[in-house]
Amino acid sequence: MNLAVNFPALLVTVPLIFVPVIPLLGLINRKICWYAAVLAITASFAMIMTILAKVSTEGPISYHLGNWAPPIGIEYRIDMLNAFVLAVISFISLVSLLFGKELVEKEVPEYKHPAFYSVFILFVVGMTGMTVTGDLFNVYVFLEITSLSGYALIATSKKRYAPMASFNYLVIGTLAATFIVLGIGYLYMVTGTLNMADLAERIKPLNGSSVVLTAYALILMGILIKMAVFPLHLWLPDAYTYSPSAVSAAMAATSTKVGAYVLIRLMFSVFDIEYHVGSVPITGIIIFFASLSIVMGSVIAIAQTNIKKMLAYSSVGQIGYILLAAAMVNAEALTGGVMHIFSHALMKGGLFFVVGLIVYNIGSERISDFAGIGRRMPFTAAAFTIFSLSIIGIPLTVGFVSKWYLVLGAISSGHWYAIGVILLSSLLTAIYFGKVIFVMYFKGGHDDHGHAPAAKLSEPMGMVIPMAFVAFLCIYFGIFATFPVELAAKAAEAVLGGVTWK
Amino acid sequence: MKNDVILRTVARCMVPFILLFAFYVQAHGEISPGGGFQAGVIFASAFILIALAVGKEKAREKFKQKISDFTCSLGLMIYAGIGFITILFGGLFLEYGKLPFGSAEKGNHLGMIGIELGVGIAVASVMVTIFFEIARKEDD
Repeated sequence: MNLAVNFPALLVTVPLIFVPVIPLLGLINRKICWYAAVLAITASFAMIMTILAKVSTEGPISYHLGNWAPPIGIEYRIDMLNAFVLAVISFISLVSLLFGKELVEKEVPEYKHPAFYSVFILFVVGMTGMTVTGDLFNVYVFLEITSLSGYALIATSKKRYAPMASFNYLVIGTLAATFIVLGIGYLYMVTGTLNMADLAERIKPLNGSSVVLTAYALILMGILIKMAVFPLHLWLPDAYTYSPSAVSAAMAATSTKVGAYVLIRLMFSVFDIEYHVGSVPITGIIIFFASLSIVMGSVIAIAQTNIKKMLAYSSVGQIGYILLAAAMVNAEALTGGVMHIFSHALMKGGLFFVVGLIVYNIGSERISDFAGIGRRMPFTAAAFTIFSLSIIGIPLTVGFVSKWYLVLGAISSGHWYAIGVILLSSLLTAIYFGKVIFVMYFKGGHDDHGHAPAAKLSEPMGMVIPMAFVAFLCIYFGIFATFPVELAAKAAEAVLGGVTWK
Repeated sequence: MKNDVILRTVARCMVPFILLFAFYVQAHGEISPGGGFQAGVIFASAFILIALAVGKEKAREKFKQKISDFTCSLGLMIYAGIGFITILFGGLFLEYGKLPFGSAEKGNHLGMIGIELGVGIAVASVMVTIFFEIARKEDD
């Protein structure tokens, strides 16, 4: 028995086995559910880190489920790109669980806790499965697992509008999934295979086929909805605003990134890059919508008065960067894009937690009610400031590193207006985060009649430590960026395989 | 409808046959069309028929929420558990041939019957749960 060989399957199935176990544990004692969930994600995270180390030294891993050889059996294939994305997903989910314990206790009714943790694990299982698999239909199945558990997680909130937000997401999400499965069906029809590596080989002779083009368009459409790129983003603000804070953090940090991963995988590893820049300017179209998403997401975010909505629209803008990076098709840009998957996960996850804590304390999500938070919750406000600076892209933070590589990529492939979009968006981002920071530090404290500042609000240690840790990582990787950038560069290299198109 | 004598009688006649058919489909899963999913749905449909005939409260007493929650979990645990057992015996995940039944052929047969059973149990209990959850809503 060699356990390490089975890690690619176990990193999905070990948390999966906890999904039915947690509700059973909940029948005995509701308190232990959280510990079981942490154990499940920790086990998965440990396996993923082992795999990441192995892949970066020894090259891609291929795992055949049930020992059936690939084109017929299901293959789990891990190269640098998915190893990197897996590490990000797993790390953020773990931090969300550790950080989210108290928030979940406050925001989710107690009798729902076992089901909540069980579905949360299922959500993570779906995302890791989608990332680890080398089989296109498997991607669809895991996408549905992720989405369905996501709808359920949003609806666990006590807020009255939460079921409606969840339902809207369900309708739009199902539409997206239908597009994707239809596209996969077309591909299967003309190639007779679902294995991605095999599919890539069999698609080559079909260059110019309208069926393949239709399939590509359908899948692209589905993924863009799942990623919430600008005109298709309507489900996202409500979903993030009305779900419990732990869920908003985990979803904002990971679920749209997994969509981005699938898109990058399909663009470079399945569909021939020469093919889709030839007859139809697909990359041009993607760049247009990515730019639109970056600018519009930021502009709408400025207009928001609700802090969670603001962060949600900011996510719409940020996902545009990753899309832009993928569509520019060169090593530097893609390094920046993969890096941004990591840095945005850190920043946005952290922001949603900080906001969750503040909102719990003051009982309001309106930005204008944040007055005086700088004095009343000093650690939390400091963490918010660090995350904001990082998202704006101030040097010495991790957000700067990914934007730097994006700009380098845009220069080397000659997309001059993309540089303009990135800089403009940084400015807009500075405006809407600056507004919040201004309110937190420079307003209130004393009320209108000159009374003494309000008392400090509680900042439980169990939440300050993970928050400080993530904020520390934001700065640490901003200064010592070599480690994540090297991994991201390897990932970009693995997926591009030397292809650079101008 | 609840006290309709025709419905009750027909249900009483039908249920054993539906259950038998469910087991038939279940048992033939690994060599012919059928299997755990279909069998689970057929099994649950027998139960739903009982609930329609005698009333959902009475039916729920026979298959309590706690038990159906447990069987939901049990089904999934059987499936994944067999996967883990194959790893323990030195195979890859769900490589039934490595199960300790003598030959690879036997291992394949029994392993597949095992996971189909897991699927059947899980699907049947989920179907029943969904039915009762939806039926419950009209009372609240």
